[in-house]
Amino acid sequence: MCGIAGLIHRNGSSDIGSEMTAMLQSLKHRGPDSTGFALYGRPTENQCIMRFKVAEQEEMKNGFEIRQQVIERQKEVDHRLETLGARVTLREDATEYSHRYVFSFDGDMRRLADYVEDIEGVEILSIGAGLELIKDLGDATTVSGQYSLSGFEGTHGIGHTRMATESDVDIRSAHPYWAYPFNDVSVVHNGQLTNYWTFRREMERKGHRFMSNCDSELIAVYIADRIQEGDDLETAMVSSVEELDGVFTYLVATSDKLGMAKDVMAAKPMVLYESDEFVGLASEEVAIRSIFPSEIETWDPYHGEVKVWQV
Amino acid sequence: MAGIEHRSHDMGLHVEQLTGRTQQRFFSATEEENFMYPWSFEVDFEKSAEFDAEAMTSTQINLRIRELMQDGVGSITVRNPRAKHGVGVGILNRLNLRFEGSLGYFGCGLIDGPNIQISGRVGWSCAENMMAGTVVIEHNAGSTFGAAIRGGDLVCRGDVGSRTGIDQKGGTIIVGGRTGAFSGFMMQRGRMVICGDAGKNLGDSMYDGTIYVGGEVEDLGVDCVPGEMNDTDLKWLTEKLARYDISPACGVENMKKFVAGKQLWNYDNLEPSEKKLVL
Repeated sequence: MCGIAGLIHRNGSSDIGSEMTAMLQSLKHRGPDSTGFALYGRPTENQCIMRFKVAEQEEMKNGFEIRQQVIERQKEVDHRLETLGARVTLREDATEYSHRYVFSFDGDMRRLADYVEDIEGVEILSIGAGLELIKDLGDATTVSGQYSLSGFEGTHGIGHTRMATESDVDIRSAHPYWAYPFNDVSVVHNGQLTNYWTFRREMERKGHRFMSNCDSELIAVYIADRIQEGDDLETAMVSSVEELDGVFTYLVATSDKLGMAKDVMAAKPMVLYESDEFVGLASEEVAIRSIFPSEIETWDPYHGEVKVWQV
Repeated sequence: MAGIEHRSHDMGLHVEQLTGRTQQRFFSATEEENFMYPWSFEVDFEKSAEFDAEAMTSTQINLRIRELMQDGVGSITVRNPRAKHGVGVGILNRLNLRFEGSLGYFGCGLIDGPNIQISGRVGWSCAENMMAGTVVIEHNAGSTFGAAIRGGDLVCRGDVGSRTGIDQKGGTIIVGGRTGAFSGFMMQRGRMVICGDAGKNLGDSMYDGTIYVGGEVEDLGVDCVPGEMNDTDLKWLTEKLARYDISPACGVENMKKFVAGKQLWNYDNLEPSEKKLVL
Protein backbone atom coordinates (compact mmCIF):
# COMPACT_ATOMS: atom_id res chain seq x y z
CA MET A 1 0.00 0.00 0.00
CA CYS A 2 3.02 2.33 0.54
CA GLY A 3 3.31 5.32 2.82
CA ILE A 4 4.20 8.86 1.85
CA ALA A 5 5.11 11.86 3.95
CA GLY A 6 6.25 15.41 3.44
CA LEU A 7 7.01 18.55 5.39
CA ILE A 8 7.90 22.15 4.76
CA HIS A 9 9.24 24.78 7.14
CA ARG A 10 7.82 27.98 5.75
CA ASN A 11 10.00 30.43 7.67
CA GLY A 12 13.34 28.78 8.15
CA SER A 13 15.12 25.47 8.26
CA SER A 14 15.37 22.50 10.58
CA ASP A 15 16.92 19.06 10.94
CA ILE A 16 14.65 17.63 8.25
CA GLY A 17 16.79 14.50 8.00
CA SER A 18 15.75 13.44 11.50
CA GLU A 19 12.18 14.69 11.07
CA MET A 20 11.62 12.76 7.85
CA THR A 21 13.25 9.66 9.34
CA ALA A 22 10.83 9.77 12.29
CA MET A 23 7.82 10.28 10.01
CA LEU A 24 8.77 7.49 7.62
CA GLN A 25 9.72 5.06 10.36
CA SER A 26 6.23 5.42 11.83
CA LEU A 27 4.86 4.43 8.39
CA LYS A 28 7.03 1.32 8.14
CA HIS A 29 3.99 -0.95 8.39
CA ARG A 30 2.74 0.52 5.09
CA GLY A 31 5.83 -0.63 3.22
CA PRO A 32 8.97 -2.26 4.57
CA ASP A 33 10.70 -3.00 1.23
CA SER A 34 12.51 0.25 0.65
CA THR A 35 12.61 3.82 1.92
CA GLY A 36 13.44 7.00 0.07
CA PHE A 37 14.04 10.62 0.97
CA ALA A 38 14.08 13.77 -1.16
CA LEU A 39 15.60 16.39 1.11
CA TYR A 40 15.99 20.04 0.20
CA GLY A 41 18.96 21.75 1.83
CA ARG A 42 20.27 25.26 1.43
CA PRO A 43 20.76 25.74 -2.34
CA THR A 44 24.38 25.72 -3.48
CA GLU A 45 25.47 28.81 -5.41
CA ASN A 46 26.37 28.10 -9.05
CA GLN A 47 26.84 24.44 -8.23
CA CYS A 48 24.82 21.26 -8.54
CA ILE A 49 24.56 18.26 -6.28
CA MET A 50 24.29 14.94 -8.06
CA ARG A 51 23.29 11.74 -6.25
CA PHE A 52 23.84 8.61 -8.31
CA LYS A 53 24.32 4.88 -7.94
CA VAL A 54 26.54 2.56 -9.92
CA ALA A 55 24.88 -0.72 -8.88
CA GLU A 56 21.89 -2.12 -7.06
CA GLN A 57 22.29 -3.15 -3.41
CA GLU A 58 21.37 -6.72 -4.35
CA GLU A 59 24.09 -6.84 -6.97
CA MET A 60 26.74 -6.13 -4.34
CA LYS A 61 25.94 -9.45 -2.67
CA ASN A 62 26.55 -11.47 -5.83
CA GLY A 63 29.61 -12.28 -7.86
CA PHE A 64 33.33 -11.62 -7.39
CA GLU A 65 33.68 -8.93 -10.01
CA ILE A 66 31.03 -6.43 -8.94
CA ARG A 67 33.35 -4.56 -6.58
CA GLN A 68 35.82 -3.97 -9.36
CA GLN A 69 32.97 -3.06 -11.70
CA VAL A 70 31.57 -0.36 -9.42
CA ILE A 71 35.03 1.20 -9.19
CA GLU A 72 35.31 1.16 -12.97
CA ARG A 73 31.85 2.61 -13.40
CA GLN A 74 32.59 5.48 -11.01
CA LYS A 75 35.83 6.20 -12.87
CA GLU A 76 33.88 6.32 -16.11
CA VAL A 77 31.39 8.78 -14.55
CA ASP A 78 34.35 10.99 -13.56
CA HIS A 79 35.75 10.75 -17.07
CA ARG A 80 32.48 11.66 -18.75
CA LEU A 81 31.82 14.60 -16.44
CA GLU A 82 35.30 15.91 -17.21
CA THR A 83 34.74 15.40 -20.95
CA LEU A 84 31.59 17.52 -20.82
CA GLY A 85 33.33 20.27 -18.88
CA ALA A 86 31.78 19.68 -15.46
CA ARG A 87 34.11 20.61 -12.60
CA VAL A 88 33.65 18.33 -9.61
CA THR A 89 34.54 20.06 -6.33
CA LEU A 90 33.41 17.39 -3.86
CA ARG A 91 33.16 13.60 -4.06
CA GLU A 92 31.50 11.65 -1.24
CA ASP A 93 30.81 7.94 -1.11
CA ALA A 94 27.56 7.29 0.73
CA THR A 95 27.99 3.56 0.16
CA GLU A 96 30.12 1.38 -2.10
CA TYR A 97 27.57 1.81 -4.86
CA SER A 98 26.03 5.22 -4.16
CA HIS A 99 27.79 8.57 -4.46
CA ARG A 100 27.31 12.28 -3.96
CA TYR A 101 29.10 14.78 -6.19
CA VAL A 102 29.07 18.56 -6.06
CA PHE A 103 30.01 20.13 -9.37
CA SER A 104 29.73 23.26 -11.47
CA PHE A 105 28.44 22.98 -15.02
CA ASP A 106 26.95 25.52 -17.38
CA GLY A 107 26.11 23.22 -20.28
CA ASP A 108 23.04 21.19 -21.23
CA MET A 109 22.00 19.25 -18.12
CA ARG A 110 19.92 16.73 -20.07
CA ARG A 111 22.94 15.87 -22.22
CA LEU A 112 25.04 15.44 -19.11
CA ALA A 113 22.42 13.20 -17.49
CA ASP A 114 22.04 11.08 -20.64
CA TYR A 115 25.79 10.72 -21.08
CA VAL A 116 26.32 9.63 -17.48
CA GLU A 117 23.38 7.24 -17.47
CA ASP A 118 24.65 5.68 -20.70
CA ILE A 119 27.21 3.85 -18.55
CA GLU A 120 25.96 0.36 -17.73
CA GLY A 121 24.53 0.12 -14.20
CA VAL A 122 24.64 3.86 -13.55
CA GLU A 123 21.50 5.78 -12.60
CA ILE A 124 21.30 9.39 -11.54
CA LEU A 125 18.97 9.65 -8.55
CA SER A 126 18.84 13.42 -8.56
CA ILE A 127 20.49 16.60 -9.74
CA GLY A 128 19.74 19.93 -8.13
CA ALA A 129 20.99 22.96 -6.30
CA GLY A 130 19.26 21.94 -3.09
CA LEU A 131 17.73 18.50 -3.72
CA GLU A 132 19.40 15.37 -2.42
CA LEU A 133 17.59 12.15 -3.23
CA ILE A 134 18.47 9.10 -1.20
CA LYS A 135 16.76 5.73 -1.53
CA ASP A 136 17.71 2.20 -0.64
CA LEU A 137 16.35 -1.08 0.62
CA GLY A 138 15.20 -1.26 4.24
CA ASP A 139 13.20 0.84 6.66
CA ALA A 140 13.69 4.55 7.33
CA THR A 141 16.03 4.12 10.29
CA THR A 142 18.25 1.73 8.32
CA VAL A 143 18.50 3.95 5.23
CA SER A 144 18.88 7.11 7.30
CA GLY A 145 21.72 5.55 9.28
CA GLN A 146 23.38 4.14 6.16
CA TYR A 147 23.41 7.58 4.49
CA SER A 148 23.95 9.65 7.69
CA LEU A 149 20.81 11.73 7.24
CA SER A 150 20.47 12.76 10.87
CA GLY A 151 21.41 16.42 11.12
CA PHE A 152 20.55 17.20 7.49
CA GLU A 153 19.54 20.87 7.67
CA GLY A 154 16.90 21.93 5.17
CA THR A 155 13.59 23.61 4.47
CA HIS A 156 11.44 20.82 3.09
CA GLY A 157 11.36 17.21 2.06
CA ILE A 158 9.26 14.29 0.93
CA GLY A 159 9.67 10.58 1.52
CA HIS A 160 8.26 7.17 0.84
CA THR A 161 8.08 3.72 2.39
CA ARG A 162 7.45 1.16 -0.30
CA MET A 163 5.50 -2.06 -0.39
CA ALA A 164 6.42 -3.44 -3.80
CA THR A 165 3.33 -4.59 -5.67
CA GLU A 166 3.83 -4.20 -9.39
CA SER A 167 7.60 -3.95 -9.79
CA ASP A 168 10.79 -5.26 -8.22
CA VAL A 169 12.27 -4.68 -4.79
CA ASP A 170 15.28 -2.64 -5.87
CA ILE A 171 16.55 0.91 -5.70
CA ARG A 172 15.47 1.56 -9.26
CA SER A 173 11.82 1.00 -8.35
CA ALA A 174 12.01 2.82 -5.03
CA HIS A 175 10.65 6.31 -4.56
CA PRO A 176 11.12 9.29 -4.67
CA TYR A 177 11.56 9.81 -8.38
CA TRP A 178 13.53 12.68 -9.77
CA ALA A 179 11.68 14.51 -12.56
CA TYR A 180 14.50 14.07 -15.06
CA PRO A 181 15.97 16.33 -16.40
CA PHE A 182 14.66 19.13 -14.22
CA ASN A 183 16.82 20.20 -11.34
CA ASP A 184 15.29 19.92 -7.90
CA VAL A 185 11.94 18.28 -8.82
CA SER A 186 10.96 15.04 -7.06
CA VAL A 187 7.82 12.97 -6.57
CA VAL A 188 6.48 10.32 -4.18
CA HIS A 189 3.23 8.47 -4.80
CA ASN A 190 0.80 6.08 -3.16
CA GLY A 191 -1.66 4.32 -5.44
CA GLN A 192 -2.01 2.82 -8.89
CA LEU A 193 -2.22 4.47 -12.29
CA THR A 194 -4.43 2.55 -14.69
CA ASN A 195 -3.46 4.42 -17.87
CA TYR A 196 0.26 4.05 -17.19
CA TRP A 197 1.24 2.40 -20.47
CA THR A 198 -0.78 4.78 -22.64
CA PHE A 199 0.90 7.79 -21.06
CA ARG A 200 4.31 6.16 -20.88
CA ARG A 201 4.30 5.56 -24.65
CA GLU A 202 3.22 9.13 -25.22
CA MET A 203 5.99 10.46 -22.96
CA GLU A 204 8.61 8.21 -24.57
CA ARG A 205 7.61 9.48 -27.99
CA LYS A 206 8.30 12.98 -26.66
CA GLY A 207 11.82 11.91 -25.65
CA HIS A 208 11.40 11.34 -21.91
CA ARG A 209 13.33 8.49 -20.33
CA PHE A 210 12.01 5.87 -17.89
CA MET A 211 14.36 3.98 -15.62
CA SER A 212 11.82 1.56 -14.15
CA ASN A 213 8.47 -0.07 -14.81
CA CYS A 214 6.97 1.56 -11.74
CA ASP A 215 3.82 3.58 -12.45
CA SER A 216 4.88 6.21 -9.93
CA GLU A 217 7.74 7.25 -12.20
CA LEU A 218 5.14 8.37 -14.72
CA ILE A 219 3.98 11.14 -12.39
CA ALA A 220 7.49 12.56 -12.17
CA VAL A 221 7.87 12.37 -15.94
CA TYR A 222 4.41 13.86 -16.47
CA ILE A 223 5.16 16.81 -14.17
CA ALA A 224 8.53 17.30 -15.91
CA ASP A 225 6.78 17.30 -19.29
CA ARG A 226 4.20 19.86 -18.21
CA ILE A 227 6.88 22.13 -16.73
CA GLN A 228 8.79 21.79 -20.00
CA GLU A 229 5.63 22.89 -21.80
CA GLY A 230 5.57 26.02 -19.66
CA ASP A 231 3.14 25.14 -16.87
CA ASP A 232 3.84 26.19 -13.33
CA LEU A 233 3.83 23.46 -10.70
CA GLU A 234 0.23 23.92 -9.55
CA THR A 235 -1.14 23.96 -13.11
CA ALA A 236 0.82 20.83 -13.94
CA MET A 237 -0.58 19.09 -10.89
CA VAL A 238 -4.17 20.09 -11.67
CA SER A 239 -3.71 18.66 -15.18
CA SER A 240 -2.37 15.43 -13.72
CA VAL A 241 -5.50 14.94 -11.63
CA GLU A 242 -7.61 15.34 -14.76
CA GLU A 243 -5.49 13.18 -17.06
CA LEU A 244 -3.95 10.43 -14.97
CA ASP A 245 -6.42 7.66 -14.27
CA GLY A 246 -6.49 5.52 -11.16
CA VAL A 247 -6.43 5.96 -7.43
CA PHE A 248 -3.54 7.98 -6.14
CA THR A 249 -2.22 10.54 -3.75
CA TYR A 250 1.15 12.07 -4.49
CA LEU A 251 3.54 14.71 -3.22
CA VAL A 252 5.86 16.75 -5.39
CA ALA A 253 8.64 19.08 -4.31
CA THR A 254 10.73 21.69 -6.11
CA SER A 255 13.54 23.91 -4.87
CA ASP A 256 11.10 26.17 -3.00
CA LYS A 257 7.68 24.48 -3.13
CA LEU A 258 5.84 21.46 -1.80
CA GLY A 259 2.61 20.25 -3.39
CA MET A 260 0.05 17.49 -2.92
CA ALA A 261 -2.61 16.08 -5.22
CA LYS A 262 -5.39 13.61 -4.62
CA ASP A 263 -7.34 11.70 -7.24
CA VAL A 264 -11.00 12.37 -7.95
CA MET A 265 -12.10 9.22 -6.08
CA ALA A 266 -10.21 10.27 -2.93
CA ALA A 267 -9.42 6.61 -2.49
CA LYS A 268 -5.91 6.95 -1.09
CA PRO A 269 -5.30 8.45 2.32
CA MET A 270 -3.65 11.73 3.18
CA VAL A 271 -3.70 13.65 6.43
CA LEU A 272 -2.68 17.29 6.53
CA TYR A 273 -1.52 19.66 9.25
CA GLU A 274 -0.96 23.29 8.33
CA SER A 275 0.20 26.26 10.37
CA ASP A 276 1.91 29.56 9.56
CA GLU A 277 5.33 28.02 10.18
CA PHE A 278 4.95 24.41 9.16
CA VAL A 279 3.03 22.06 6.88
CA GLY A 280 3.11 18.29 7.43
CA LEU A 281 1.45 15.64 5.30
CA ALA A 282 1.39 11.89 5.57
CA SER A 283 -0.59 8.80 4.68
CA GLU A 284 -1.39 8.44 8.36
CA GLU A 285 -1.63 10.90 11.20
CA VAL A 286 0.71 8.82 13.31
CA ALA A 287 3.57 10.08 11.11
CA ILE A 288 2.77 13.72 11.81
CA ARG A 289 2.39 12.92 15.51
CA SER A 290 5.88 11.45 15.50
CA ILE A 291 7.31 14.97 15.29
CA PHE A 292 4.54 16.84 17.12
CA PRO A 293 4.11 15.83 20.75
CA SER A 294 1.30 18.36 21.36
CA GLU A 295 -2.27 18.16 20.08
CA ILE A 296 -2.71 19.67 16.60
CA GLU A 297 -5.60 20.12 14.20
CA THR A 298 -5.38 17.79 11.21
CA TRP A 299 -7.74 16.93 8.38
CA ASP A 300 -8.12 14.92 5.18
CA PRO A 301 -7.82 16.81 1.88
CA TYR A 302 -10.78 16.15 -0.42
CA HIS A 303 -11.20 14.49 -3.83
CA GLY A 304 -9.36 16.10 -6.71
CA GLU A 305 -7.70 18.56 -4.36
CA VAL A 306 -4.37 20.12 -5.29
CA LYS A 307 -2.42 22.29 -2.84
CA VAL A 308 0.99 23.94 -3.15
CA TRP A 309 2.99 25.61 -0.38
CA GLN A 310 5.95 27.94 -0.75
CA VAL A 311 9.06 27.95 1.46
CA MET B 1 -17.41 -27.39 -21.35
CA ALA B 2 -18.02 -31.09 -21.04
CA GLY B 3 -15.12 -31.29 -18.62
CA ILE B 4 -16.60 -28.67 -16.35
CA GLU B 5 -19.96 -30.44 -16.36
CA HIS B 6 -18.25 -33.71 -15.47
CA ARG B 7 -16.37 -32.10 -12.58
CA SER B 8 -19.51 -30.45 -11.23
CA HIS B 9 -21.22 -33.87 -11.23
CA ASP B 10 -18.23 -35.33 -9.36
CA MET B 11 -18.50 -32.61 -6.75
CA GLY B 12 -22.20 -33.30 -6.23
CA LEU B 13 -23.31 -29.86 -7.29
CA HIS B 14 -26.09 -31.29 -9.49
CA VAL B 15 -27.79 -33.01 -6.60
CA GLU B 16 -27.27 -30.38 -3.92
CA GLN B 17 -30.55 -28.95 -2.66
CA LEU B 18 -31.01 -25.60 -0.98
CA THR B 19 -32.13 -26.27 2.55
CA GLY B 20 -34.25 -23.22 3.23
CA ARG B 21 -31.68 -21.43 5.35
CA THR B 22 -33.93 -18.42 5.70
CA GLN B 23 -36.42 -20.53 7.64
CA GLN B 24 -33.90 -21.80 10.17
CA ARG B 25 -34.04 -20.61 13.79
CA PHE B 26 -30.70 -19.13 14.77
CA PHE B 27 -31.85 -17.62 18.01
CA SER B 28 -34.22 -18.30 20.85
CA ALA B 29 -35.55 -15.41 22.90
CA THR B 30 -35.98 -17.69 25.87
CA GLU B 31 -32.29 -18.56 26.17
CA GLU B 32 -30.55 -16.04 28.39
CA GLU B 33 -27.09 -16.52 26.88
CA ASN B 34 -28.35 -15.11 23.61
CA PHE B 35 -28.45 -11.69 25.27
CA MET B 36 -24.91 -11.79 26.64
CA TYR B 37 -21.67 -11.39 24.71
CA PRO B 38 -18.83 -13.58 25.92
CA TRP B 39 -16.56 -10.53 26.35
CA SER B 40 -18.96 -8.12 28.01
CA PHE B 41 -18.63 -6.99 31.61
CA GLU B 42 -20.79 -5.60 34.39
CA VAL B 43 -19.35 -2.18 35.19
CA ASP B 44 -20.09 0.57 37.72
CA PHE B 45 -20.07 4.10 36.24
CA GLU B 46 -19.10 5.46 39.67
CA LYS B 47 -15.80 3.57 39.51
CA SER B 48 -13.32 5.51 37.39
CA ALA B 49 -9.72 5.14 36.22
CA GLU B 50 -7.31 6.80 33.82
CA PHE B 51 -3.99 5.90 32.24
CA ASP B 52 -1.39 7.37 29.91
CA ALA B 53 -1.13 5.56 26.55
CA GLU B 54 1.91 7.44 25.23
CA ALA B 55 4.30 4.51 25.51
CA MET B 56 1.73 1.77 24.92
CA THR B 57 0.95 -0.14 21.75
CA SER B 58 -2.62 -0.40 20.44
CA THR B 59 -2.89 -3.93 21.78
CA GLN B 60 -1.68 -2.87 25.21
CA ILE B 61 -4.20 -0.01 25.32
CA ASN B 62 -7.09 -2.31 24.41
CA LEU B 63 -6.00 -4.93 26.92
CA ARG B 64 -5.72 -2.29 29.67
CA ILE B 65 -9.27 -1.10 28.92
CA ARG B 66 -10.47 -4.69 29.11
CA GLU B 67 -8.68 -5.29 32.41
CA LEU B 68 -10.29 -2.19 33.90
CA MET B 69 -13.74 -3.25 32.69
CA GLN B 70 -13.12 -6.70 34.14
CA ASP B 71 -12.51 -4.98 37.49
CA GLY B 72 -15.87 -3.25 37.15
CA VAL B 73 -14.53 0.19 36.21
CA GLY B 74 -17.24 2.01 34.25
CA SER B 75 -15.58 5.37 33.51
CA ILE B 76 -12.15 5.27 31.84
CA THR B 77 -9.97 8.13 30.56
CA VAL B 78 -7.11 7.36 28.16
CA ARG B 79 -4.54 10.13 27.81
CA ASN B 80 -2.18 10.58 24.82
CA PRO B 81 -3.44 7.92 22.40
CA ARG B 82 -1.18 9.64 19.81
CA ALA B 83 -3.23 8.64 16.74
CA LYS B 84 -2.57 4.95 17.22
CA HIS B 85 -4.66 2.58 15.11
CA GLY B 86 -7.39 0.17 16.20
CA VAL B 87 -7.86 1.59 19.67
CA GLY B 88 -11.09 1.30 21.68
CA VAL B 89 -12.43 -1.55 19.57
CA GLY B 90 -14.69 -4.49 20.39
CA ILE B 91 -16.23 -3.04 23.56
CA LEU B 92 -19.50 -4.91 24.04
CA ASN B 93 -20.92 -3.39 27.22
CA ARG B 94 -21.95 -0.02 28.62
CA LEU B 95 -18.92 2.11 29.46
CA ASN B 96 -17.98 5.78 29.64
CA LEU B 97 -14.71 6.01 27.75
CA ARG B 98 -12.85 9.22 27.02
CA PHE B 99 -9.77 9.59 24.81
CA GLU B 100 -7.80 12.76 25.45
CA GLY B 101 -6.09 13.16 22.08
CA SER B 102 -6.49 11.71 18.60
CA LEU B 103 -7.02 8.20 17.28
CA GLY B 104 -5.70 6.68 14.07
CA TYR B 105 -7.40 4.21 11.73
CA PHE B 106 -10.27 1.92 12.78
CA GLY B 107 -10.79 3.52 16.19
CA CYS B 108 -13.83 2.41 18.22
CA GLY B 109 -14.86 -0.23 15.69
CA LEU B 110 -17.13 -3.20 16.40
CA ILE B 111 -18.59 -1.71 19.56
CA ASP B 112 -21.97 -2.44 21.08
CA GLY B 113 -22.94 -0.14 23.89
CA PRO B 114 -20.21 2.21 25.17
CA ASN B 115 -20.37 6.00 25.20
CA ILE B 116 -17.05 7.22 23.80
CA GLN B 117 -15.69 10.76 23.60
CA ILE B 118 -12.59 11.68 21.62
CA SER B 119 -11.16 15.14 22.26
CA GLY B 120 -9.02 15.17 19.10
CA ARG B 121 -9.38 13.76 15.61
CA VAL B 122 -9.95 10.24 14.25
CA GLY B 123 -8.45 8.58 11.17
CA TRP B 124 -10.12 6.38 8.56
CA SER B 125 -13.02 4.05 9.37
CA CYS B 126 -13.90 5.29 12.83
CA ALA B 127 -16.64 3.23 14.55
CA GLU B 128 -16.82 0.75 11.71
CA ASN B 129 -19.63 -1.80 12.28
CA MET B 130 -20.77 -0.04 15.44
CA MET B 131 -23.91 -1.69 16.86
CA ALA B 132 -25.01 0.60 19.69
CA GLY B 133 -23.79 3.38 21.97
CA THR B 134 -22.45 6.82 21.12
CA VAL B 135 -19.13 8.03 19.73
CA VAL B 136 -18.51 11.79 19.77
CA ILE B 137 -15.43 13.31 18.10
CA GLU B 138 -14.63 16.90 18.95
CA HIS B 139 -12.52 17.68 15.86
CA ASN B 140 -12.25 16.20 12.34
CA ALA B 141 -12.53 12.64 11.04
CA GLY B 142 -11.00 10.75 8.12
CA SER B 143 -12.66 8.86 5.30
CA THR B 144 -15.14 5.95 5.56
CA PHE B 145 -16.41 7.42 8.82
CA GLY B 146 -18.99 5.06 10.29
CA ALA B 147 -18.62 2.42 7.60
CA ALA B 148 -21.37 -0.21 7.88
CA ILE B 149 -22.67 1.01 11.22
CA ARG B 150 -25.85 -0.72 12.34
CA GLY B 151 -26.92 1.34 15.32
CA GLY B 152 -26.07 4.04 17.83
CA ASP B 153 -25.08 7.67 17.29
CA LEU B 154 -21.77 8.58 15.65
CA VAL B 155 -21.03 12.30 15.88
CA CYS B 156 -18.17 14.38 14.48
CA ARG B 157 -18.24 18.08 15.28
CA GLY B 158 -15.73 18.96 12.55
CA ASP B 159 -15.21 17.98 8.91
CA VAL B 160 -15.19 14.40 7.66
CA GLY B 161 -13.46 12.77 4.68
CA SER B 162 -14.89 10.79 1.77
CA ARG B 163 -17.34 7.86 1.72
CA THR B 164 -18.86 8.80 5.06
CA GLY B 165 -21.34 6.14 6.13
CA ILE B 166 -20.47 3.79 3.30
CA ASP B 167 -22.73 0.73 3.55
CA GLN B 168 -24.59 2.24 6.53
CA LYS B 169 -27.11 -0.28 7.80
CA GLY B 170 -28.70 1.65 10.66
CA GLY B 171 -28.05 4.17 13.41
CA THR B 172 -27.30 7.86 13.00
CA ILE B 173 -24.24 9.67 11.69
CA ILE B 174 -24.01 13.39 12.46
CA VAL B 175 -21.36 15.63 10.90
CA GLY B 176 -21.08 19.18 12.22
CA GLY B 177 -19.00 20.36 9.23
CA ARG B 178 -18.68 19.14 5.66
CA THR B 179 -18.18 15.70 4.14
CA GLY B 180 -16.22 14.52 1.11
CA ALA B 181 -17.27 12.63 -2.01
CA PHE B 182 -19.49 9.53 -2.03
CA SER B 183 -21.05 10.11 1.38
CA GLY B 184 -23.87 7.64 1.95
CA PHE B 185 -22.49 5.32 -0.74
CA MET B 186 -24.58 2.10 -0.78
CA MET B 187 -26.50 3.26 2.28
CA GLN B 188 -29.10 0.71 3.31
CA ARG B 189 -30.75 2.01 6.46
CA GLY B 190 -30.39 4.70 9.10
CA ARG B 191 -29.97 8.45 8.99
CA MET B 192 -27.10 10.73 8.13
CA VAL B 193 -27.06 14.41 9.04
CA ILE B 194 -24.49 16.68 7.35
CA CYS B 195 -24.68 20.21 8.69
CA GLY B 196 -22.22 21.68 6.16
CA ASP B 197 -21.57 20.96 2.48
CA ALA B 198 -21.59 17.48 0.95
CA GLY B 199 -19.11 16.40 -1.74
CA LYS B 200 -19.94 14.89 -5.12
CA ASN B 201 -22.01 11.74 -5.63
CA LEU B 202 -23.95 12.06 -2.41
CA GLY B 203 -25.94 8.90 -1.65
CA ASP B 204 -24.58 7.07 -4.67
CA SER B 205 -26.29 3.66 -5.10
CA MET B 206 -28.17 4.02 -1.83
CA TYR B 207 -30.90 1.43 -1.29
CA ASP B 208 -32.70 3.08 1.57
CA GLY B 209 -32.14 5.44 4.50
CA THR B 210 -32.29 9.21 4.77
CA ILE B 211 -29.64 11.91 4.37
CA TYR B 212 -30.13 15.48 5.62
CA VAL B 213 -27.81 18.24 4.39
CA GLY B 214 -27.54 21.80 5.71
CA GLY B 215 -25.09 23.22 3.15
CA GLU B 216 -24.52 22.82 -0.57
CA VAL B 217 -24.53 19.44 -2.31
CA GLU B 218 -21.92 19.16 -5.08
CA ASP B 219 -24.07 16.60 -6.89
CA LEU B 220 -26.22 13.55 -6.24
CA GLY B 221 -25.12 10.00 -6.96
CA VAL B 222 -27.05 7.38 -8.87
CA ASP B 223 -30.51 6.75 -7.39
CA CYS B 224 -30.27 9.46 -4.73
CA VAL B 225 -33.21 11.85 -5.02
CA PRO B 226 -34.50 14.87 -3.07
CA GLY B 227 -37.10 14.00 -0.45
CA GLU B 228 -39.78 16.08 1.19
CA MET B 229 -39.16 17.36 4.71
CA ASN B 230 -42.08 16.85 7.02
CA ASP B 231 -42.87 17.65 10.65
CA THR B 232 -41.52 14.30 11.83
CA ASP B 233 -38.18 15.01 10.14
CA LEU B 234 -37.96 18.44 11.71
CA LYS B 235 -38.87 17.18 15.16
CA TRP B 236 -36.37 14.33 14.97
CA LEU B 237 -33.58 16.58 13.65
CA THR B 238 -34.20 19.26 16.26
CA GLU B 239 -34.13 16.80 19.13
CA LYS B 240 -31.21 14.78 17.85
CA LEU B 241 -28.95 17.75 17.10
CA ALA B 242 -29.83 19.45 20.40
CA ARG B 243 -28.70 16.33 22.23
CA TYR B 244 -25.18 16.92 20.90
CA ASP B 245 -25.35 20.71 20.96
CA ILE B 246 -24.92 20.97 17.20
CA SER B 247 -26.81 23.42 15.03
CA PRO B 248 -26.44 23.83 11.27
CA ALA B 249 -25.67 27.37 10.08
CA CYS B 250 -28.75 27.33 7.85
CA GLY B 251 -31.11 26.32 10.68
CA VAL B 252 -32.77 22.92 10.97
CA GLU B 253 -35.87 24.14 9.14
CA ASN B 254 -33.82 24.87 6.01
CA MET B 255 -32.05 21.54 5.80
CA LYS B 256 -32.58 19.42 2.70
CA LYS B 257 -33.58 15.78 2.68
CA PHE B 258 -32.39 13.05 0.31
CA VAL B 259 -33.65 9.51 -0.03
CA ALA B 260 -33.25 6.52 -2.34
CA GLY B 261 -35.10 6.61 -5.65
CA LYS B 262 -35.33 2.81 -5.26
CA GLN B 263 -34.67 2.16 -8.92
CA LEU B 264 -31.70 -0.07 -8.16
CA TRP B 265 -33.14 -2.31 -5.48
CA ASN B 266 -36.33 -2.52 -3.53
CA TYR B 267 -36.31 -4.30 -0.20
CA ASP B 268 -40.09 -4.12 -0.04
CA ASN B 269 -40.12 -7.07 -2.42
CA LEU B 270 -38.28 -9.23 0.10
CA GLU B 271 -39.76 -11.37 2.83
CA PRO B 272 -38.92 -10.08 6.35
CA SER B 273 -36.66 -13.07 6.98
CA GLU B 274 -34.77 -12.36 3.75
CA LYS B 275 -34.38 -8.71 4.71
CA LYS B 276 -32.79 -9.79 7.95
CA LEU B 277 -30.22 -11.81 6.07
CA VAL B 278 -29.49 -9.15 3.48
CA LEU B 279 -29.18 -6.30 5.96
